Amino acid sequence: MSGIIEIIFAEFNYWIYVTLMMIGFYAMIAKKNLIKKVIGANIFQTAIFLFYISLAEVKGGTAPILLHGHDGADAAHKAVSEVIYVNPLPHVLILTAIVVAVSTTAVALALIIKIYEEYGSLEEDVILAYRRQLQPEFSEHARQKQEGEQ
Amino acid sequence: MTGFDLITDHLPVLTVVIPLMAGFLTPIVGWIDRKLCWYWVMLTMFAVLLMTSSNLYTVITSGTIHYHLGGWTPPIGIEYVIDLLNGFVCLIIAFIGLMVGIYSIESIKKELPNKIIPFYSIFLLLITGLMGMTITGDIFNFYVFLEISSLTAYALIAMGDRGDGVVASFNYLIMGTVAASFILLGIGYLYAVTGSLNIADMQGLLPSIYDNKVVLAALAFFMVGFSIKVGLFPLHAWLPDAYTHAPSAASALIAGLMTKVGAYAMIRFMFSVFTPEFVIDMTRMAEILTWAAALAIVVGSVLAIAQSDIKRMLAYSSISQIGYILLGVGLANVIGMQGGLLHILNHSLMKCALFLVAGAIFYRTGIRNLHQFQGLGKKMPVTTTVFLIAALSMIGVPGTVGFTSKWYLALGSINAGQWIFVIVILVSSLLNIVYFWRVFDNIWFGHPHEVEHIKRDEAPLSMLIPMVLLAVLCIFFGLFAYYPLHYVLEPLSNALLGIGVLP
Repeated sequence: MSGIIEIIFAEFNYWIYVTLMMIGFYAMIAKKNLIKKVIGANIFQTAIFLFYISLAEVKGGTAPILLHGHDGADAAHKAVSEVIYVNPLPHVLILTAIVVAVSTTAVALALIIKIYEEYGSLEEDVILAYRRQLQPEFSEHARQKQEGEQ
Repeated sequence: MTGFDLITDHLPVLTVVIPLMAGFLTPIVGWIDRKLCWYWVMLTMFAVLLMTSSNLYTVITSGTIHYHLGGWTPPIGIEYVIDLLNGFVCLIIAFIGLMVGIYSIESIKKELPNKIIPFYSIFLLLITGLMGMTITGDIFNFYVFLEISSLTAYALIAMGDRGDGVVASFNYLIMGTVAASFILLGIGYLYAVTGSLNIADMQGLLPSIYDNKVVLAALAFFMVGFSIKVGLFPLHAWLPDAYTHAPSAASALIAGLMTKVGAYAMIRFMFSVFTPEFVIDMTRMAEILTWAAALAIVVGSVLAIAQSDIKRMLAYSSISQIGYILLGVGLANVIGMQGGLLHILNHSLMKCALFLVAGAIFYRTGIRNLHQFQGLGKKMPVTTTVFLIAALSMIGVPGTVGFTSKWYLALGSINAGQWIFVIVILVSSLLNIVYFWRVFDNIWFGHPHEVEHIKRDEAPLSMLIPMVLLAVLCIFFGLFAYYPLHYVLEPLSNALLGIGVLP
């Protein structure tokens, strides 16, 4: 039993990332409200950012800023070789990915505004029901039913 | 060094940068005069077409182009690599982009009179995204371009049918975000085990750690992510709505290019990031892909028969055609691979032509329900003839380009000893006849009840030119399939499967 707990705590942030990702994924699939879906997508993406940031971690590493850089080239080389830095690359990648995630959210919210203007609701069920009723050509079944009624 | 040399040296990056810059400058051009937007897009697309043709020519004559961004050498800096595979796909993107661009002037004026400037701006950004996805040799850079192309596609689809467009776009956005996130996660896994993001570098580093579970998980994430992006059968839910409700020009562009570039990315990741031994023998991913593709071919065709909206029918037909491409890729022998790759070209030409025809009919008559197409054969003879040629090519009639790729796919299946796929291809061709026949029947043999005397009312010339050109190319490549096969696809298939080396 204590073994399992040790395993969980040894890679604590990875467990968190998997859990968060599943929460986000669940929200995207199961929630009927469109805003909740977008929040789910955000949690999902943030979980992946957490994964990348965890990758960059080096035990005892400091921020990747060159110390004593102004002392000249030799000193700078010495500083690089002696100090342990965390890996800066995943941070930079995630900065880009955050920008992408923000733009995706912005587009999603803009679409949601349009959907609300059109259908007066953000609930998936209501929108679907409204669409079926409004546009018989949307579903063949509804069209045939309507023709049958006429 | 003259200015011309400077341009030729930087051609690979310019194919991405020029549409990007032009896309951002479009609002300024449109601010001066809205009519200038179209000329601006034409100028850009023509330049891009010239550059991609030049790139492909250079690749065929003198081998793969490597371009280092900012002069940083590969494992550290971002590298753009153009080999036969992306040279070929880039040329398709530029050509289809130009055709849809020419077509769009009238169609956009009618369908989106207030959104001409944003449409063209986003149009160019979509081309940038697709071009960048294709040309880049760095997988994180690939992810960024993937998102650029996805975001612009969401915006284009949302401009479509009132009410429906936004819902279709939102569905696509949710599915697309899942796909892109999976791909990002896969990239993270590969970075964690190799410490590299460069495709060529990674292919060298990965084989020694193939027994690592992380690599396996990365492959699984990539395959699921790309399956959503290309609309492979069980994950196709976003595709029919998105294609149906986008504006006509955007449908043609997205149907012609988005899924094809997704298929390209799948090929690139399967055979260039991972090695053929890994996907074919060690994980048998290629075999799984063939079965999924066979399922998509049959189900897509069957669903297409049930549709009455022509754009929706074409969308379901796209699902089945994507199956053909991936079937060829999954067969993983040289002939099947050639068939699959040729089908990327075919499907872009045919599906783009068909969507342009659907748009032209909608432009003239406002009809999309194919049961109301009676008499169109007399009203719009050129447009419907283009439809006939493209549809025959889709069915796979000898003499059209669709026949060649189906022939190669069937031969590839026989070579792989999988007779069932030959049957699948035949059955699907029969189903194609069924759903296209319903359209032919209405266009040429249906009797319009309302109007007795039908006046000829053809689509405008700017719409006819690209449609006719695409139809002519369908026949040209059907008769002279030797050229793409001999110069590009055969050496390419050999190189992808690790039998030969690229020049």
